[in-house]
Amino acid sequence: MEFFAGKFDVAVIGAGHAGIEAGLAAARLGAKTAVFTINLDWVGNMPCNPSIGGTSKGHLVREIDALGGQMGVAADRNTLQSRMLNLSKGPAVHSLRAQIDRRAYSAEMKNTLENTPGLTLKQAEIVDLRQSGGCWELRTRLEEVYSAQAVILATGTFLAGRVYIGDVSYESGPDGMFPATALAQSLRALNIPVRRFKTGTPARVNANSIDFSKVEEQPGDARIVPFSFYEKTEIENRRPCYITYTNQETKEIILSNLHRSPLYGGKIEGVGPRYCPSIEDKIVRFSEKERHQVFIEPCGLNTSEMYLQGLSSSLPVDVQLAFLRTIPGLEHAQVMRPAYAIEYDCVDPLALRPSLEFLDFDGLFGAGQFNGSSGYEEAAAQGLIAGINAARKVQGKKPFILDRASSYIGTLIDDLVTKGCSDPYRMMTSRSEYRLVLRQDNADLRLTPLGREIGLISDQKWEHFLQKRDQIEQEALRVNQTVLSPTPALNAALERAGTAPVQSGVTVAELLRRPQVDYQLLEPFDTQRPDLPEEITEQVQIQLKYAGYIKRQEAQIAEMRRLEVQALPRTIDYTQVTGLRLEAAEKLSRIRPENVGQASRISGVTPADVSVLLIYLRANRNEQEDPT
Amino acid sequence: MADTIAAVATPAGEGSISVVRISGSRAREIASLIFRASSGRPLSEASGYTAMHGMVCDPADGTPVDEAVALIFRAPHSYTGEDVVELSCHGGQAVTRGVLRCALDAGASPAQAGEFTRRAFLNGKMDLAQAESVMQLISAQGQAAARAALGTLGGRLSREIGSVRDRLIALAAHLAAFADYPEEEIPALSPQEALLTLEDLLTELDRLLDRFDTGRLIREGVPTVIAGRPNVGKSALMNLLSGEERSIVTDIAGTTRDIVEETVQTAGVTLRLADTAGLRETSDPVERIGVDRARGRLEAAQLILAVFDRSRPLDAEDLRLIDFCAGRTAVAVINKSDLAPAIDLTPIREKIPHRAEICATDGTGADALEQAIAQALGTAGFDASAPLLISDRQRDCCLRARDAVRDSLDALTNGVTLDAVTVCIQDALSALMELTGERAGDAVVDAVFSKFCVGK
Repeated sequence: MEFFAGKFDVAVIGAGHAGIEAGLAAARLGAKTAVFTINLDWVGNMPCNPSIGGTSKGHLVREIDALGGQMGVAADRNTLQSRMLNLSKGPAVHSLRAQIDRRAYSAEMKNTLENTPGLTLKQAEIVDLRQSGGCWELRTRLEEVYSAQAVILATGTFLAGRVYIGDVSYESGPDGMFPATALAQSLRALNIPVRRFKTGTPARVNANSIDFSKVEEQPGDARIVPFSFYEKTEIENRRPCYITYTNQETKEIILSNLHRSPLYGGKIEGVGPRYCPSIEDKIVRFSEKERHQVFIEPCGLNTSEMYLQGLSSSLPVDVQLAFLRTIPGLEHAQVMRPAYAIEYDCVDPLALRPSLEFLDFDGLFGAGQFNGSSGYEEAAAQGLIAGINAARKVQGKKPFILDRASSYIGTLIDDLVTKGCSDPYRMMTSRSEYRLVLRQDNADLRLTPLGREIGLISDQKWEHFLQKRDQIEQEALRVNQTVLSPTPALNAALERAGTAPVQSGVTVAELLRRPQVDYQLLEPFDTQRPDLPEEITEQVQIQLKYAGYIKRQEAQIAEMRRLEVQALPRTIDYTQVTGLRLEAAEKLSRIRPENVGQASRISGVTPADVSVLLIYLRANRNEQEDPT
Repeated sequence: MADTIAAVATPAGEGSISVVRISGSRAREIASLIFRASSGRPLSEASGYTAMHGMVCDPADGTPVDEAVALIFRAPHSYTGEDVVELSCHGGQAVTRGVLRCALDAGASPAQAGEFTRRAFLNGKMDLAQAESVMQLISAQGQAAARAALGTLGGRLSREIGSVRDRLIALAAHLAAFADYPEEEIPALSPQEALLTLEDLLTELDRLLDRFDTGRLIREGVPTVIAGRPNVGKSALMNLLSGEERSIVTDIAGTTRDIVEETVQTAGVTLRLADTAGLRETSDPVERIGVDRARGRLEAAQLILAVFDRSRPLDAEDLRLIDFCAGRTAVAVINKSDLAPAIDLTPIREKIPHRAEICATDGTGADALEQAIAQALGTAGFDASAPLLISDRQRDCCLRARDAVRDSLDALTNGVTLDAVTVCIQDALSALMELTGERAGDAVVDAVFSKFCVGK
């Protein structure tokens, strides 16, 4: 029999990467928060690759950390191997990536949730969600009824999940967990615009069955940079990764069994991510490629399971085994879990505001894969924002919105809610037009003041931040004032580095502007230099070397923000705005942008439409001010 | 949206005075770069509501362009409510465009459709009752501009911009895949290769800017060739368009041996007309030189008026001309509408979208011809200043793209890291894609996924 089981400010459905950040942020901001999960043993599970970060995703993790989120800290504490990618390609694309002990990470996250004041963590399947008297009512499988003022849907791949392996398919969540089937029906009954996406994961094999003499070892970095700016964890490389390759034989086996793939047999209707193609996709679409790379990654310290990045598949188990065994090192591979594809319900994110609240459902928020994205980091980023905004909603504060120029988080959410997505959305550095400014190294400088303002940055972190900012300013001043004499030794060093010698005294800053010169090169000459941590000198150096480019991007940002501050009231009836073209009126009515800047990024809204909106706004403002 | 904008503020046409308006916080600064007062006083120091007489000069080399009166308005006491300088110059289109070009070269951005009015409204210079009509006006002008842009973009210019854009996308996508998928086997783009491509694109954009320089086009007109086989009535057409007997009209084939040139105003633009020798194989050495020149002219022309004789069937020479016109800016002129038709128009209809039937000797069909020319040039349905405004935008976009490509080259040659190079390339792409309203980032991401095998 149904019974009333409790009342919360914020209820989060799902305890994956989105649900965790959402729950923690809401609770830390003082909202009485519940987090519901189908299986308490898999909080913060990594059902796909056992790693966090990577290009642009590493940026997201650092931004989450800078705003007071949890992902970076938990990753640092459970790192098996760490690498900074793209070191030779410039600071804008430096990206941190860490292999993670997934069970340890999950246990740590569960523990963090358990010990967060104001947060209740519960194992329960939510089967029904409905509005009732200005609140949301949540019903569990066991007939408990909870109420909450705000609800965050962070259902990942559980929502009406269906697994496909060859001819076999069945209703399931990831990693053999229950799917959330009843909730999916409940959401469809609410008329939420849902659709089917799919994703996939490769097989896991037992390390004891791998011939490591036939694969290349890929070591971690000698000098490890942590994700977190604030909680410095001692990190060491504890497990290596390995690389091997597919070959002609692999290709032949896959091609001759293509008809047995549910993807090619037309059984899966869901749209898969373009950037995460299965091995069969890669072989069909890029048939000229002779081999494909396979990364063998450890899943944890306490397990022999190895993840085979590059081999995601939905072919039948016998075909998987056959093609795996053509690969050097995997000739005797024992598959512990086969590769599978999973199809799930998610929302069309155009139904959401930049705060991640639904346009049409007051107090209902979406985060993570439910919003059409893919990836743990993308999920966590949205979870953080949804959690912050759910708490602020309950507390009667205005939404916290990060614009495109502030962060990758802002870019991710703006892309989702303004342009939508036709396949699962993955963050990429190429998606940010301001990427020379939005670097992973300065995420704290960009975002921590905002995190402090909304209340997620502790006094201790704030002190640390202020000190770092001050040190950077002092050092920037010093290098601009310190003059080095044109000694033969200095000129010899400059010439060795391939840059022109100097004729007269020159400031340290002037020399650092040269691409060929760095802090290390000037060390013997810059004798007054204080002993500073690398995170300080790195900032000073990047700001000098890229000053011209950064200045130009900052000008573009200022330009963009001129339209971003022109708020569009929610009450506008775009069909009644004189001069708006039909297409623009239709798109604007559907997406209901928050401001003219967001409106200008909607495809089908022209500069003339933007002008019309600006005039409409002014005319309306005049009307409101002028009682006649 | 730009800070300081400039445009021709008077309707294009035959007025004796036209006004180039510069509006925005840098209006006086920009005007002072191009205006030399007779009194020797710098314009930047002039107070509001004053007029100065002087010369408008090219900001690059100081060449005088026109004598003008500058009217200075200080914010908020101006039409737009911003600082405004109005340069009243001599009415002709060529001169007015020249003055506008000076203002743009000195740092103003070309005004968008209705932008002066919009600024005026936003700065409270108009009452509420006017708001709706302003919105309608902007919308109408915006749509007309979009149509025109699409029209122009269908042509050769569009194909050339498109090819630069596609190469930039390919380059940006390669760099993006290289940066976003460091662990995939994306071949590194060699700096030499990138350098060569970028240098090539720079040359291409410079060439585009040079060739489609609207100022030059207006001053010198659209290079137009009248072509066709002998005695189809090319010279009669020339005379019809120019309104005087410039070419010797006889019915002896091969009368015109040299190229006769004339500048005419039609369809709201200036055509630099060349009447050429009839295209035919000939043994006459003098006539052959004429035919060779005609073919050379055809290659360089920006508008071809291909003349056909309605009273005779198409021959091989006609068909060759038709093929040549396919995909170029051309109008098929079907002459001798007074005679009984013997021509099969199908090949012409298939390859040349713009056509007019005329009788060149008595002027029948002259209006239809003018309309066809306007459509071919993308100037149809417009007041004369509008298509030029579009061109200014195109030029502005190409110019910004060119500068960004140059920046990327500088970055590459100075050893700046690839992330900065990539951002410059994407800026170039954004500038070019503004013309079609597409987004550079999306195009690059799409290209990454279609061209590179990336992912787990």
